[in-house]
Amino acid sequence: MSALGDTETQPPEVIISVRDLVVGFGEHLVMRGLDLDVYRGEVLGFVGGSGQGKSVLMRTILGLVKKRSGLIKVFGENLDAMEPRARRELERRWGVLFQNGALFSGLTVKQNIQMPMRERRDISPRLMDELAMLKIELVGLKPDAADKFPSELSGGMVKRAALARALALDPELVFLDEPTSGLDPIGAADFDELIATLQQTLGLTVFMVTHDLDSLYSICDRVAALAEGRVIAAGDMDTMLASDHPWLRAYFHGIRGSRLTGALGDSRDETWKPAPISR
Amino acid sequence: MATNTAAAGPQVAPERSGAGMRFALAGDWTILFAAQMERETERIIDRSKIAGLAVFDLRNVARLDTAGAWVINRTRHALAHAGVSVVIEKASPEHAKLIDEAQYRDFTQAPRPKTFLVVDILADVGRSLYLGLREFYLGVAFLGEFIEALLRVALAPQRFRLTSLVYHIESVGFRSIPIIALINLLVGAIVAQQGIFQLLRFGATSYTVDLIGILVLREMGVLLTSIMIAGRSGSAITAEIGSMKMREEIDALRVMGLSPIEILILPRVLALIVSLPLLTFLADMAALFGGLLVSWSYGGISPAAFLSLLQNAIGRNTFFVGLIKAPFMALVIGLIAAMDGLATAGSAESLGRQVTSSVVKSIFMVIVIDGLFAIFFAAIHY
Repeated sequence: MSALGDTETQPPEVIISVRDLVVGFGEHLVMRGLDLDVYRGEVLGFVGGSGQGKSVLMRTILGLVKKRSGLIKVFGENLDAMEPRARRELERRWGVLFQNGALFSGLTVKQNIQMPMRERRDISPRLMDELAMLKIELVGLKPDAADKFPSELSGGMVKRAALARALALDPELVFLDEPTSGLDPIGAADFDELIATLQQTLGLTVFMVTHDLDSLYSICDRVAALAEGRVIAAGDMDTMLASDHPWLRAYFHGIRGSRLTGALGDSRDETWKPAPISR
Repeated sequence: MATNTAAAGPQVAPERSGAGMRFALAGDWTILFAAQMERETERIIDRSKIAGLAVFDLRNVARLDTAGAWVINRTRHALAHAGVSVVIEKASPEHAKLIDEAQYRDFTQAPRPKTFLVVDILADVGRSLYLGLREFYLGVAFLGEFIEALLRVALAPQRFRLTSLVYHIESVGFRSIPIIALINLLVGAIVAQQGIFQLLRFGATSYTVDLIGILVLREMGVLLTSIMIAGRSGSAITAEIGSMKMREEIDALRVMGLSPIEILILPRVLALIVSLPLLTFLADMAALFGGLLVSWSYGGISPAAFLSLLQNAIGRNTFFVGLIKAPFMALVIGLIAAMDGLATAGSAESLGRQVTSSVVKSIFMVIVIDGLFAIFFAAIHY
């Protein structure tokens, strides 16, 4: 965050840089030369139709999916060229919230949060307990959730607990895969607000894969849209709304999108005519 | 803070100022240096106990995370408790925000209620006994449900899932042929070899054939096959049904008005009941063949002699004693596997526990049933 205090003209630091990425499964190419930049301190919303490969991109950046070609740099380091040791160090600087939480089902919430801390031997058990409880409060869970197992939690609580685990080591970069999916609108709005608060207080950079138009409007600084294996547009919401790419128009000016922009008037289409009857 | 990756541990420079102490904090106060942070703050507490006032100067703190903020707040709380007032100075706006966010709060949990060892042991014994009996009760209830489903299907045969049955016969029966044949061949050979070595001392080598014939046909063939199938197919059934349970597939069937027992469990258990006798027959033949080979090479009993000795040694009843047991073993293995699968709770750990318990229980029950049959056949002189 302190980098922002410098001069106005200095370009923001790029924290994730993806160049010419190609990812495929068998014959099917999911990414066809994708370019993307994520800047430090921003919340980037990443949108795209179902099955377009939003999660695949996230998993490729994290190294869970192998790429065919291209360059991925995180924190300025080329992930392919790193020593395993340095790579492990780097992985501690990011946190990931998987779509279904991916909490370890055999551990309590507290133990889940302490899992990344245990890697570091020098944290005293007392501090580890206190920090886990602090994270639990930070994400808005009640203290009595600490000793519960994931199977005893509701969907919203699972997401919060998983976020607490992602934040366990105070990462600089957080990946969120559809954080508000499966939450009720109130819970989703709360979760958005939580992410915004944490992002500001902890100075996080957030890469958020989402379908939720509300999240895009309320907390994202920038939005990138994925279609046909490329980023078809990236920028703030105004850029997105102004884009005339057919998919983006359908996305932001469809019924749900228009409702949020307030542009939904009479939905009757005056130009509609029945299809000609073929003989 | 951004690009600076050269990490410097937390440092504290104490100095006396007026009535109290002044501590200039420097370096990184992050979770990377957790132990160091705790040591430094312990020292701060020691030093300022006598003073009435402590000032924390955060001007030179390079990085701060929630762990650092928490430790600073904890120190502040400890000092306040000891009657020392603390002032935090010159924190950058981001650091100030973090320190506010990580405000000290008491996380010490209520101590566990006191327990007594003897009472605990008695309670444990009681609980285990209760659970054991309940398991038996549930097992019998499940057998009832299974028979009910069987009768329902028998009355309306068009509802029976023949494709599913054939599929499961393939996976349970057909695919286990190589391993069942192999282990039984080896065990038959080993029994023959031991028989020859031990009986040689009495010059009674030819009785090896009696030994092999009776042992294999009455007990070994069916036992080895059942144990192998309990490990191979019982575990698979438990895991399949267990993960279906975890993913609410069983519930989905129920709300469609379909019976999971009829659709999932009946074909599997019937496949076991069909396959196990066939596999037992195969196991018997493989073991006898193994015995024949070893008797021939070690004991000098030619195949023709082996067969005629075998014919004298065993009767049709010897052969059927083993085979009759097989469907009962299959029923028990299938029911235990299905029941344990259905008892799976939400977690991966629970699934693992159920699979283990299913295999252990079915092997145990296979041996118990074998014992019961031994008593039964002895009583009826079969």
